[in-house]
Amino acid sequence: MSQATPAIRVNALRKRFRTTQALDGVALDIQPGEFFGLLGPNGAGKTTLISILAGLTRADSGQAAVMGHDVVRDYRQARRALGVVPQELVYDPFFNVRETLRIQSGYFGLRHNDGWIDEIMHHLDLTPHADKNTQSLSGGMKRRLLVAQALVHKPPVIVLDEPTAGVDVDLRRSLWEFISGLNREGHTILLTTHYLEEAEALCGRIAMLKGGRVVACDTTRNLLQLTNEHCAQLRLDAEVVPAAWQGRLHHDADGSWRVNFSDYAELETLLADLRGAGVRVLEMQLQEPDLEDVFTDIMKRT
Amino acid sequence: MNPPPQTPLRGASPLRGKKRLGRPGAFLVSGLSTLFYKEMLRFWKVVVQTVVAPVVTALLYLLIFSHVLEAHVEVYPGVSYTSFLVPGLVMMSMLQNAFSNSSSSLIQSKMQGNIVFVLLPPLSYLEFFLAYLGAAMIRGLVVGLGVWGVTLWFAPWQMPHLGWLLAYALLACAKMGAVGLVAGIWAEKYDQLAAFQNFLILPLTFLSGVFYSIHSLPPFWQAISHANPVFYLIDGFRYAFVGQSDTDPWLGLLVAGACFVAISALTLVLLRSGYKLRH
Ligand SMILES: Nc1ncnc2c1ncn2[C@@H]1O[C@H](COP(=O)(O)OP(=O)(O)OP(=O)(O)O)[C@@H](O)[C@H]1O
Ligand SMILES: [Mg+2]
Repeated sequence: MSQATPAIRVNALRKRFRTTQALDGVALDIQPGEFFGLLGPNGAGKTTLISILAGLTRADSGQAAVMGHDVVRDYRQARRALGVVPQELVYDPFFNVRETLRIQSGYFGLRHNDGWIDEIMHHLDLTPHADKNTQSLSGGMKRRLLVAQALVHKPPVIVLDEPTAGVDVDLRRSLWEFISGLNREGHTILLTTHYLEEAEALCGRIAMLKGGRVVACDTTRNLLQLTNEHCAQLRLDAEVVPAAWQGRLHHDADGSWRVNFSDYAELETLLADLRGAGVRVLEMQLQEPDLEDVFTDIMKRT
Repeated sequence: MNPPPQTPLRGASPLRGKKRLGRPGAFLVSGLSTLFYKEMLRFWKVVVQTVVAPVVTALLYLLIFSHVLEAHVEVYPGVSYTSFLVPGLVMMSMLQNAFSNSSSSLIQSKMQGNIVFVLLPPLSYLEFFLAYLGAAMIRGLVVGLGVWGVTLWFAPWQMPHLGWLLAYALLACAKMGAVGLVAGIWAEKYDQLAAFQNFLILPLTFLSGVFYSIHSLPPFWQAISHANPVFYLIDGFRYAFVGQSDTDPWLGLLVAGACFVAISALTLVLLRSGYKLRH
C-alpha cells in the first residue's frame, strides 16, 4: 500500500451504549482511492463506526481520522473531507430539492455552488424534481437526494450506509455506476450493505464486523479464497450411487445430486468412481464460492 | 485492455475539483449565515402559523381584558388599563414566540432525523447557537411588532422610550431563544417539550404582571413575583411605554442580562458537550 495519509484511519475505537458494547476496539486503515466494504450482521456496529467518523457520535476511546484530520480535534477539516449518506431516509419537509442542496452547500461555506448542484442533480436524475418539496418525493428519490447532499462539497471521502436498502434495480444500477465513476476519479468510498453480491462486485477490500470487532479484513479476492468449499451439482442416469459416496452425495428434491468438496482431486475421484460403477453423468454444474459463503463461514466461526 | 474509464463527473475529483476557502473567518460567517437563513425560511414559510396566529391571540386578549377592566382598573395614576396592558401583551408574545421558534425547530429536526444535515457540516457549536438564537430573536421581534401594530387601533399612540424598548425587546427575545434551545436540546419527544412549555414557560409569563401590577398582590405573592425573571422583562418593557414601573428598570435590565448570560452559558456547555445531539 502507498505511504500516503490514509483516507480513513481508525484505531482502538470503543463505544458503549448503556448495556451494548457497539464497538470493541476497532482498527482500520483505508487508503485514498479505495472502494472499501464494511460488512456485518445487524447490530455489528457499522453505523456506529460511521457516526464516529462523521462526528455524530463520540467514541469512548480510540482515534478516528479522515484524510489525516482527527474527527474531534480537527473536526472542521475532517468534516469537509467527508460526505456521508446516512442509513435512515431523512429529509427536511420545509424545503424543495434545490433549496435543500443550496442550503447544504451553504453549511460548508459554499455560496455559489449552483453549477455543481445542477451537475449532481443531473447525474442522479433529480433535475425533473428540482422544485418538488422533499416530502412529495418517493423513497428512492429521497435516497438520491441524500446522496446528492453528501456530495455538495465534493468530499474526497464518501461514506454510504446501506444506500441501496429498499431501492429498485434501476436506481441501484445507476447509483453504482455513479459511485464507481466517483471512485475512478479518485474518491475514496466506504460502503456498508447487506447485499453481498454488491460488495463482491464493487469493493476492492472488505472488512467484516461482528459484535463490534473486526473479524476479517482483506482484499475481496483473498477473502473469496478463504473458503474452499466448492459445490458440484450432477444429474445422473442412475438412482443409486457407489457405496463409498453415499454419505457425501445428497439427493436433491429435483432428482439431481449435490456434493461439496474442497479439492478438485476429490471431484476427479468421484467421476472415476461413477464411471467404474457404470453410472453416466448427464449434466454437471460447478458453483464457485461467493462472498456470501465466506461471510456465513466467518460469522459462524467467530 | 479496457477503454480508459469514463469520467462522469468533471471536477468531482478531489484533485481537480479542489475548492479551498481562503480565510477561515469567511467560512465561519458563511456556514453561520446559511443556518440562520434556513431557520428564518423555516418560520417564514409558515408565517400564518408562526406570526399571524400569535398576533390574533394577543388581539383577543386585548379585546377581552380591556373591555372588561378598562372602566374599573387604573394601575398607575393617569395610565389607562389598555395602555398598561399593551406593553405586557407585546412582551408576552415576543417571549413565547422566541421560545417557540428555537425549541420547535430543534425538536422537529431531532424527531424527523434531519438534524444530521446540520451536524455533519463543519459548523462550530458557537455558530449553531448564534444561528438558532438569531432566528428566534427575529421571530420574536416580528411577532412583537405585529402585536404592537394591531393594538395601535385600540390604544392611543404614545411615543415609547426607544432605548429601553430596544434593550428590553432584544434581551427578552435572546433570553427566551436560548431557553428554547435548551428545551429543544433536552426534549426527546413533543410531549416533553409541551410539558416544558405548560409547566414552566406559561406560568412564568402569566404570573409576571402582564394583566395586573404586582403591587395589587398580597406581600407573599409580591415576593414570589420578584423571583420570576420574566416579571422584570414585562415591567421594564412597560416602563419604556408608560414611564412607570414596579421596580427600577435598571435593576430589571441587570436581572435580565444576568439571566441571559447564565442561560447562554448553559446552552453553550450543552452544545459543546454534544448533549443529546451527538450521542
Ligand atoms: N443511540 C443508541 N443508543 C443505544 N444503543 C445503540 C445506539 N446506536 C446503536 N446502538 C446499539 O449499538 C449496536 C450497534 O449498532 P449499529 O447501528 O452500529 O449496527 P449496524 O451494524 O449499523 O446494524 P444494521 O446493519 O442493522 O444497520 C446495536 O446493538 C445497537 O442496538
Ligand atoms: Mg447500520
